[in-house]
Amino acid sequence: MSGFGFFTRRLVQGLLILWIVTTATFVLMHLAPGGPAMLADPKLGPVERAAIEARLGINLPLPAQYLAWHRNLLAGDLGQSYLYQTPAGQTVLARVPNTLLLAGSALLLSLLIAVPFGIRAGLNPGGPTDRALDLVSFAALSLPTFWYGIVLIMIFAAVGHLLPAGGVATPGLETSVIDRLRHLILPVAVLSLPITAELYRYVRTGIVSVANAPHIPAARAKGLSEREITRKHLLRNALLPILTVIGLQAPMLVGGAAITETVFSWPGMGRLGVEAALGRDYPVVMATTLAVAVAVVGVNIVLDLLYRWFDPRLRIE
Amino acid sequence: MKRAAIPLPALLLACLLAFAWAGPLLHRVDPDALDLRRIASRSSVANPLGTDESGRDVLARLMAGGRVSLAVATVATAVALVLGTLVGGLAGWRGGWVDGLLMRLTDAAMAVPVLFAALALLSLFGSKPPLLIGIIGATSWMGIARLVRAEVAVLRHSDFVMASRALGRPDSAIFLHHLLPQLVPILTVAASVGVAYAILTESALSYLGLGVQPPRASWGNMLTGAQASLYTAPRLAIWPGVMILLTTLSCNGLGKWLRLRSGWHG
Repeated sequence: MSGFGFFTRRLVQGLLILWIVTTATFVLMHLAPGGPAMLADPKLGPVERAAIEARLGINLPLPAQYLAWHRNLLAGDLGQSYLYQTPAGQTVLARVPNTLLLAGSALLLSLLIAVPFGIRAGLNPGGPTDRALDLVSFAALSLPTFWYGIVLIMIFAAVGHLLPAGGVATPGLETSVIDRLRHLILPVAVLSLPITAELYRYVRTGIVSVANAPHIPAARAKGLSEREITRKHLLRNALLPILTVIGLQAPMLVGGAAITETVFSWPGMGRLGVEAALGRDYPVVMATTLAVAVAVVGVNIVLDLLYRWFDPRLRIE
Repeated sequence: MKRAAIPLPALLLACLLAFAWAGPLLHRVDPDALDLRRIASRSSVANPLGTDESGRDVLARLMAGGRVSLAVATVATAVALVLGTLVGGLAGWRGGWVDGLLMRLTDAAMAVPVLFAALALLSLFGSKPPLLIGIIGATSWMGIARLVRAEVAVLRHSDFVMASRALGRPDSAIFLHHLLPQLVPILTVAASVGVAYAILTESALSYLGLGVQPPRASWGNMLTGAQASLYTAPRLAIWPGVMILLTTLSCNGLGKWLRLRSGWHG
């Protein structure tokens, strides 16, 4: 199959998934009891209530609302935020760069730690490094990340006064790169911990299973040096599946980002979603859900394409 | 690895259960009673672990919160086990298009960002324990389904299953009497690891304000209050987190021990 045909098929699949997500969110929104928090005000009279309903478009019959919701969606209009009185789509998009900065840094750090340690442990399974790292990753995966974040704030901000407790920048110092980096350290440390532990386990298992594959003794019999065997025959085959694992981690990464952002008052999309959920700001909840769905679908399509690019076997069918 | 008669994680878990359920027999203090004259006080005879930011007894709230957190996690895990066994069992047993369909469904469910789905559902329908349990259970059955499917797909062709079929026993009876007992090792490992996952999810959602609602205590929502008084009473942030960590460590540890003992590597 040509690369273009594959890409089109994946794109159509992705759009289908997004349509399922928008339909599901629409149905759920209308199954939910009550409505926008602003209608819960007992002082509202029937006239004011009807006016608010007409303004929000929730007085139309359901099929009309369903069509209108998708028509508006295609035009990039996700409704007005109940809480902020701003367009929901733009409100969410404005927070995306902060989340990308946090999640991207965390993923990068995770890879930089997990890959070398995973290779090291996998090349000598059962050895001291492997056993120690097994214990560390086990503990890391048992740790509640939000509590870990609170403890870090306690040590480094409340007691140590070494790092800021939250936010992206000190007011007045927004242009300082060092100040921004200082704000990034604790959130990245929190978000990357469980992801590092998961990635480490996959890398280690990948190395162990490829090391036992028959082409490794064959390369050894050919007289290649151990260095060459590791570099050309082991790592190339063992590290490729990491791309898939990154795709599997994507939901965990965005979910973890929401928790981390809340702990550190980081003005990202996740914290916006949490606040919207607490304030029953449905348009913003829906816009965040949609943004997350687009991100997860998009990441998986890109990774599939990268996989085909790196692994020539997948291009033949 | 050394095999103790009673594994350490199981012992720890028993202590945690005793703390949450038997503890109140020894420490008879109302976990929800406010005492505004004693806000964030240090430990005393009446309040061994001190009081929180609203003057409530921390020890009593740790016990009450433990009951809520452990009960929610256990029931949610049971939901996940039932769902996973049904989906995986059906896929492995029937094979063909049923298998294909159910496994694609499983793949799709794995790609759902749990936290955002929970966020949307809990804000739309309000946070009640049954919904919380349903959400945690409905987002954690996929791994179990895959394991059960792989096992059932192999067992389906084994001699004793063939023999029962030849005897004309209905599928449901074969599943209950012959397959389910074979799945017990897998399911016990999945259950203990599942409880750890459920505790982490429940406490994170409760911390965000979307799980167990105050004034009812849970280890997660105790930390929400504690973070607000991090500068004045940092000690409040220690105990709930330690309780969560001890629970997840003992559940994951028990899972590891059970896996080693059964010689099964999943």
